[in-house]
Amino acid sequence: MVRYSPGTALWSDPLSTLRRIQEEMNRGVGGSRWHATTEFPPLNVWRGEGGVLVTAEVPGVSIDDIELTVHQNTLTIKGKSVPDGNVPEESFHRRERHYGPFGRTIALPYGVDSDGVKATTNNGILTIELPRPETEKPKRIEITQG
Amino acid sequence: MTDNTSGVSAGTERTAQGTRDVPVFSPTTDIHETADALIVTVEMPGIDKDGVNVALEQRELTIAGHCRPFAPDGYALTHAEYREGDFERSFTLSDAIDGSAIQASMKDGILTLTLPKAKPEPSKTINVTAG
Repeated sequence: MVRYSPGTALWSDPLSTLRRIQEEMNRGVGGSRWHATTEFPPLNVWRGEGGVLVTAEVPGVSIDDIELTVHQNTLTIKGKSVPDGNVPEESFHRRERHYGPFGRTIALPYGVDSDGVKATTNNGILTIELPRPETEKPKRIEITQG
Repeated sequence: MTDNTSGVSAGTERTAQGTRDVPVFSPTTDIHETADALIVTVEMPGIDKDGVNVALEQRELTIAGHCRPFAPDGYALTHAEYREGDFERSFTLSDAIDGSAIQASMKDGILTLTLPKAKPEPSKTINVTAG
C-alpha cells in the first residue's frame, strides 16, 4: 500500500506558490527584479566582530512608516508602503509597484540589547545596526597550569 | 507607452558594460497621466541622486541609475536576498513631451519624473497666391 503524504514544507505556506507565480509573471512583463525571496522587504545580513548589520530594500517607504522591534534574538520589521497621492486607477498607463503593509521577522545569532540598536534609511535602503552586547561576546579563558 | 526593454532584458539581469562588475536591473515603474503631464515613478533602491541619468531623445525616455556598492568596514555578507546593481530602462512615450521642462526628483529610492505634455503646434494657414 502506498500512502501519499505530502511534505509538510509544501503545505506550510499555501500563499508562497501564488506569490512565486505572481513574481514570475511580473518578470515576464518587465516588472520586478530577481529576489531570493518573495517576502517584503528583501534583507541582506552582514556579520562582523562588533555585531550584525541588516539592510533591507524599502523603496518609497518613509522611515516614519517603519517599526522595528527587538526581543532577545528576534528582529521584527513592520511597516507599510503608501502610494504618493491619490491617483485614479484609470489614469495609469503602467502599474508595477506594490503597496500595502509588510512584515518580516528574523532570528539573530545572539541576543541584542535594544538600547544599542541604530536604524537609518538612505535612498530606500533601511540599515539596522545590531551591536553584540559585551555579555554575548565570546570570552577567552586563561588556562593555568595546575 | 511602449517598454523598449521588456522584450530582451526586463526583469533579468545582465552585466554592465565595461569594467563595472554589477548586474543591471530593469526597475519597477509606474506611469500615470494627469491633464498636462506624464508622471513616471521608478523604484531604484540604493541609488543616490547623483547616480541617476535621465535622457529624452525624440520620444524615447531612458532612465539609468548607477549604484555605489554598500561595503561596511569590518563586516561580511552572510545572507543575501537581494543584489545591488545598476538600473536601466527605456520607454517610448505615446504623447509628445516638452523635453525642456522635465522635472526629476529623488526621494527614498524613488525617482519621480514629471514630463509636461507639449502644447500642440498652432495650425498654420497657408495662403494660396494666384500664379
